[in-house]
Amino acid sequence: MIEFLRRLFGQSGSSATAKERLRLVLMTDHLELAPEMIEKLKADLVDVISRHVEVDRDRIEVNFERQDTALALLANIPIISVNRPNGNGRHGNGSNGGAPVEPVSETAPAGAVVEDAVAVEAPAPKKKAAADATPPVRKRRRRKKHAAASAAAAPTPT
Amino acid sequence: MTPRKIVITSGKGGVGKTTTTANLGATLAKRGKRVILIDADIGLRNLDLVLGLEKRIVFDLVEVAEGRCQLRQALIKDKRFESLSILPAAQTREKDAITTEQFSAIVDLAATQADYVLIDCPAGIEHGFRNAVAGASEAIVVTTPEVSAIRDADRVVGKIAQDRKPIRLIVNRLRPEMVRSGDMLSVDDVCDVLSIELLGVVPDDEEVIDTTNRGEPIVLNDASRLKTIYDKIARRLEGEMVPFTSFDGTSLFGRLLDALKVG
Amino acid sequence: MHQTQAVEHETEAAAPARRLGRAIVLTSGKGGVGKTTTTANLGTALASRGVKVVLVDADVGLRNLDILLGLESRVKHHLLDVLEERATLDDALVPSKHGDTLYLLAAAQSREKDDVETEKMKALIETLRERFDYVLIDCPAGIELGFKNAVAGADEAIVVCTPEVSAVRDVDRVVGLLGNRFRPQLVINRLRPALVRKGKMLSVEDVNAILRLPLLGVIADEPDIIVTTNRGEPLALRRENPTGAAYHAIAARVAGEDVPAPMPPLSKPSFMERVSSFLGGKRA
Repeated sequence: MIEFLRRLFGQSGSSATAKERLRLVLMTDHLELAPEMIEKLKADLVDVISRHVEVDRDRIEVNFERQDTALALLANIPIISVNRPNGNGRHGNGSNGGAPVEPVSETAPAGAVVEDAVAVEAPAPKKKAAADATPPVRKRRRRKKHAAASAAAAPTPT
Repeated sequence: MTPRKIVITSGKGGVGKTTTTANLGATLAKRGKRVILIDADIGLRNLDLVLGLEKRIVFDLVEVAEGRCQLRQALIKDKRFESLSILPAAQTREKDAITTEQFSAIVDLAATQADYVLIDCPAGIEHGFRNAVAGASEAIVVTTPEVSAIRDADRVVGKIAQDRKPIRLIVNRLRPEMVRSGDMLSVDDVCDVLSIELLGVVPDDEEVIDTTNRGEPIVLNDASRLKTIYDKIARRLEGEMVPFTSFDGTSLFGRLLDALKVG
Repeated sequence: MHQTQAVEHETEAAAPARRLGRAIVLTSGKGGVGKTTTTANLGTALASRGVKVVLVDADVGLRNLDILLGLESRVKHHLLDVLEERATLDDALVPSKHGDTLYLLAAAQSREKDDVETEKMKALIETLRERFDYVLIDCPAGIELGFKNAVAGADEAIVVCTPEVSAVRDVDRVVGLLGNRFRPQLVINRLRPALVRKGKMLSVEDVNAILRLPLLGVIADEPDIIVTTNRGEPLALRRENPTGAAYHAIAARVAGEDVPAPMPPLSKPSFMERVSSFLGGKRA
């Protein structure tokens, strides 16, 4: 009876919940199945961040965490030193020229470690009208991209 | 034509792999193809039961692998069809009684005598699954519109995709009235999640239980609506473009029809 | 007889010299007959009786118990993390959303069944029996290594069967493999009374004439089950629902209470059925 009333007042049935749960659970499954992708992502992240600050490569932690409605990328990247700003106040992106920073010695003071967490929200589920018009033939790749987009890294075949 | 070696798999058990194998095989045979069905579920065979051939088993897959009989001695011809036969699995042996190489060799041998070799894969992703998949050159993944079945299907798709074998999807046991009431994932939802080519949609039909009890594939019944559906699936498998039957309509008439069917 | 029989479970969890809990494997041979659904619901119903229950998903690589309990977002560590000492048991046990005596130990999704060492699995179940009154083990389909590992630590079995020839055959095979040690009891799942009346489905009697096992209960095939799976809320949370109530009756029987085995009503045809038979609808 409750179900009937729910439907009468336009509440969606349980399939919407099912779809949302599946979407998230499969993203998590795919990440669990692609450890090499996470390694690559970690390397790429470090390269980008190293252009601006010096980080402790050995102590970087990158994790994906399932939250109730999204998948989050949590990165903990200890920073060893911050590059001196240039005369004009901008970060000297020429200082490293994008080259990987040498791993720094163990003597880095613990006090210098700054915890930094980046949360990337998974794309919100969208009810796209176009999906119904698309032919049923779909490439597997699409979904891969979906999971990878939230991680900001190139997809690696599992 | 080059013989086709197709594994029918799902990850999760009980979604209808064996029923699909039997009915698709029977349909292809009716269409004049030479079909051999191989039951790869060693220890838990059921394809013989679904086709009502259990009493005629003399030799099995493992005995062929061990060279104790010829393939043609172990094949059971289904007399209701021109050109359908099955190779039963061994019931009292373990899955590792046969190696991947032995299994693949048997499939290849069967392919020299048939247009279609359909392999009924065991549930799970263990040794039996690996054998069944290794022997095939393409795959049909069967799933039901349920969260757990789809998750398992996704896992299996991932495994098969590693071998770059073509994969097609059959959505089984769809209950259109539940899709309409929003309590079952639609075919679009399932395709969206799995992102593989859709081969067919089979509605839930209680007649399947009845025909399995009697050991008669449902496609033998000309009045069955599933016969038409399996026929379409067989034609798609042969490369024909066949439009999909819509089960998602929300007409008042459709809903009335559903209301009458409930009981 | 086993020392861990039913009646002694009235003792409080806090009792100093705790007896070992019962380790029950839920198995079937054939997949998709409802092992995981039964595990989730029986666990939920048992926990509502105030006893401590842990559900162990032994389906490494194809886990689903987390989904059925709606706990998939809370799983951080799994069975293999514990077996391989990357996480403690306390880290890996996920408390259920409903009631504080029910826990889940999830399977690893990205690993293979042969990664589990049978002896370690046995030891883990033993440890769980020290901490919980019931350890329910959700067995994977088939009779390969996953089955063997799931069964290894258990001392009782519940076999789940649907009224279909293939399921009955597979259960028969599994019962043969289990032997007498597990004293298997039977749950018949997905019975459709309307089909049984029409003679199109095996009846409870038909099934048990073949299997000859003590019957714990019969669960009807209801669309409700799909809905609760979609939502991740076991039906046993709703006692007012006939199927939910049936799971509670099964739980009572498992706990050793002398209640009748739940049966879906078989006798009275529904109004629609009467109408359709009046109209001569063969509904083929």
